[in-house]
Amino acid sequence: MEHPNSEHGLRSYLIGFVLAVVLTAIPFYVVITHALPPGRTLLVIGIAAVLQILVHLRFFLHLNFTSTPKENLLAIVFTAVLIFIMVGGSFWIMFDLHQRMAI
Amino acid sequence: MSAAVTAHESEAAATHEQRAFGFWLYLMGDAVIFALLFATYVIMVKNTAGGPGGKDLFDLRNAGIETALLLVSSTTFGLASLCSKTGNRGAVLAWLLVTFVLGAGFVFLELREFAGMIRIGAGPDRSGFLSAFFTLVGTHGLHVSVGLTWILILCGQVMLKGLSVPVTSRLFRLGLFWHFLDIAWVGIFSIVYLPGLL
Repeated sequence: MEHPNSEHGLRSYLIGFVLAVVLTAIPFYVVITHALPPGRTLLVIGIAAVLQILVHLRFFLHLNFTSTPKENLLAIVFTAVLIFIMVGGSFWIMFDLHQRMAI
Repeated sequence: MSAAVTAHESEAAATHEQRAFGFWLYLMGDAVIFALLFATYVIMVKNTAGGPGGKDLFDLRNAGIETALLLVSSTTFGLASLCSKTGNRGAVLAWLLVTFVLGAGFVFLELREFAGMIRIGAGPDRSGFLSAFFTLVGTHGLHVSVGLTWILILCGQVMLKGLSVPVTSRLFRLGLFWHFLDIAWVGIFSIVYLPGLL
């Protein structure tokens, strides 16, 4: 895995594919079977989605801390901060407003 | 000899990655757009204005097939980029075409779903929920359609120009775009379809 060529190789795509299939199958299964109460189901969907996005970044886009240029990682961290502020801020304002309007 | 080839290859890969920095920034901007469309959707999801909600409209089987098509197409695109590194032109073309067919299948299923919803009066003008839904999922579908056009153009370039450095550089950026769209779709089935059917 340390070798740069194997990092981008067939192995990487296949591992990514299998992990993505598993992380897709779990939330679909939970929703189809109604195996868990709604709150827990949402939690499972959320965790599987975050894990799957990390899998895609690592195995399909080949992001890592050694070969990916620093500026690319900096850009993605900056974007994450922007998204956190804008999405978090929107939710904060809109749900607060909703609560105050609906008493 | 083989060490020299490896060094040359990793150098080419490094320049591809460096050259893609501008495109990477575009993708980050696109990620912000999608994140805000997701936020809009989550805020609007209960505003059905007495119209149909996700439970009445979404079909888990359709969403599942779309997910499978996009995930497999992401993997086959990876195989195309692997073949481009070994200089196998025919294999690159074959995998690109497989990716195109899978992506086209995805767009077809999505358009069929949209048409079905509009036919029963659940178009984007029906409610805030549906406006947000069509904007979010439609933006993603538009991106996939642009990606399909791009795949066809690159197929032409691979056929006419071969796997030259500029062409493989474009292939690398198209790969970033295509894998990115799959990530956006993970968000769509996790935020729109699955919670909508709870």
